Amino acid sequence: MSKIEYTSLQGKSPAYFVLLGVLGLFTFTGILAAWYMEHNGHHVTGMTNQIVWGTPHIFAIFLIVAASGALNVASIASVFSKKIYEPMARLSALLAIALLAGGLVVLLLDLGRPDRLIVAMTHYNFTSVFAWNIILYSGFFTFCGLYLWTMMDHNVHQYKKYAGFSAFVWRLILTTGTGSIFGFLVARSAYETAIMAPMFVIMSFSYGLAIFILVLMATYKASQMELGDVVILRLRNLLGVFVAAVLYFTFVYHLTNIYDADRRDFERFILLDGGIYTTVFWIGDIIIGGLIPLLLIYLPSIKKNRTVLGWICGMIILGGLSQVYVIVIGGQAFPLEIFPGYDVSSSFYDGIVNSYTPSLPEILLGSSGIAITLLIVVFMLKVLRFMPNSLADNVIDPHYSVK
Amino acid sequence: MKQSVDNSRRDFLAKTAIAGTITIASGVLLHQTANAKSLNETSTRNPHTPVSNINRWGLLIDTNKCGKSCSACVDACNTENGLAGRTGPQDTQYIRKVTLRDKSTGHELSLPLMCQHCESAPCVDVCPVNASFIRADGIALVDRHLCIGCRYCMMACPYKARSFVHEELHNQKTSDPRGIGTVEACNMCVTRVDAGKIPACVEACSADNHKAMMFGDLNDPESGISVELKKHGGKQIRADLALNTGVHYQGLNE
Repeated sequence: MSKIEYTSLQGKSPAYFVLLGVLGLFTFTGILAAWYMEHNGHHVTGMTNQIVWGTPHIFAIFLIVAASGALNVASIASVFSKKIYEPMARLSALLAIALLAGGLVVLLLDLGRPDRLIVAMTHYNFTSVFAWNIILYSGFFTFCGLYLWTMMDHNVHQYKKYAGFSAFVWRLILTTGTGSIFGFLVARSAYETAIMAPMFVIMSFSYGLAIFILVLMATYKASQMELGDVVILRLRNLLGVFVAAVLYFTFVYHLTNIYDADRRDFERFILLDGGIYTTVFWIGDIIIGGLIPLLLIYLPSIKKNRTVLGWICGMIILGGLSQVYVIVIGGQAFPLEIFPGYDVSSSFYDGIVNSYTPSLPEILLGSSGIAITLLIVVFMLKVLRFMPNSLADNVIDPHYSVK
Repeated sequence: MKQSVDNSRRDFLAKTAIAGTITIASGVLLHQTANAKSLNETSTRNPHTPVSNINRWGLLIDTNKCGKSCSACVDACNTENGLAGRTGPQDTQYIRKVTLRDKSTGHELSLPLMCQHCESAPCVDVCPVNASFIRADGIALVDRHLCIGCRYCMMACPYKARSFVHEELHNQKTSDPRGIGTVEACNMCVTRVDAGKIPACVEACSADNHKAMMFGDLNDPESGISVELKKHGGKQIRADLALNTGVHYQGLNE
């Protein structure tokens, strides 16, 4: 591999400032929506005492999970010593930090009392998975920051491997923690299973890499720098493995539930007669987010088609949001089993499928997490040198010939 | 020379001893009698003693006595805690009447469901900031000054016993200060309990002559609730979760 020179975005074109403006506008709209929700109370949202986590949580969890996965490329380079990934490690770590920041802003602004952030930072209940996650998020920023420092400052270059390894281990713990937020809920049929943690880890690999590929292709196209097929094909194949792994974990999760007589009603709800949840599961999660991308990734005739790869990544992101939607909202919509063996009814909506229609402020707040992420990335790409001058095939691997 | 024995001192000592014994014995007997509780008597807290784990306050609900169409407990709770009593999906309900129909027998019954005041409460385990806590005497509470409104406790509660305050509140009761953006639930009428009274729902149930609810100290083997539980048993809802709830039910299938 030739010596890699890094560069920053010129960022002088009107298009750059238009992009910054649009992302800034989406971010501002999200913050305005959060202010509206906090000012009026959550009664202006679609959330209820039955569906307590709504659309902002879908986006927040998706982004936090994806953050861990976006670090994949850097981890493969420094932990598993795959040289081909090394030039992209800086961008990978930057995207990881930006995704986590975007997710956390949404999560924070959806709290009933976001003004009490200081309470969350100073009062820890060490039996709470949420409290563990607060530590894990802070640690993730720290490790990724240190990792970036060791990559970008030659004075501390010798520590890169250690920093990369720490960040790698930490991000696995982080996503284990995110999955365990659900996995440790003892009373709900949708959750309370140890598979949640590894499933979230593998979901992070897939979502994070899909977002990384999109950002990489968009950045190199916009800045008219060369991005060769060697890198793209490698990432594409890796993405295929991750998508297949997500499908596998999803299959095992549902199979385990079906085998358990207690949870068959829940599985029937998600897989067969849950209305919107069944539709989103099969169409969004499985078909759009899994089977079609898998088919397209391994179709030899279009393997070098960047547009198709862009669509594949888009579908995986849409599928990921669908998957988190089914887990978060579908899991709450299914009635909580308080009295096994009884049909129940009450004024508090016991025993019935709970309905949830997101309100506009929720959608604006949730989607602003994506804008915040991209705003950080676009801004930082101009400020510091994250991108290799070229990712052309001969730069990455002079001996490589694309067949 | 033979000296005559003065028996008067001995007599005095003997009579004093007898009088003393009678006095102490009768005092002890009277004390025991005063402390003895009838089966249906409800034990309450002595307001002059500090909260401690000597007590564990709990409820026993006899579903056989619970009126299917009666909502006295719910109404009393709403009045006591200043709740609006609305039943929309975003409205707070500390206690609700649940109608159950046995899937295998078709038998129908009704019961009030509220926070079960678990010993190993999932809401307490998951709360990131320790806003959810169990008081030394077993009452589960939310510190609304600490609650950040993350709703994780609502996800974790196996009884769906918690509500989130979705909008600004007015004309609150001083006995139950609430807050927008925080989570709340049945607090077993903690201010009443601290004043030596029984929870409003239990009082209303008795006043309505159903007497389906009993309040008392689960740690005191002689309290009405403990004696009744020992005699006729009781069931904890979702006992499989081993949360050791403070609320017990009679008349539910095992």
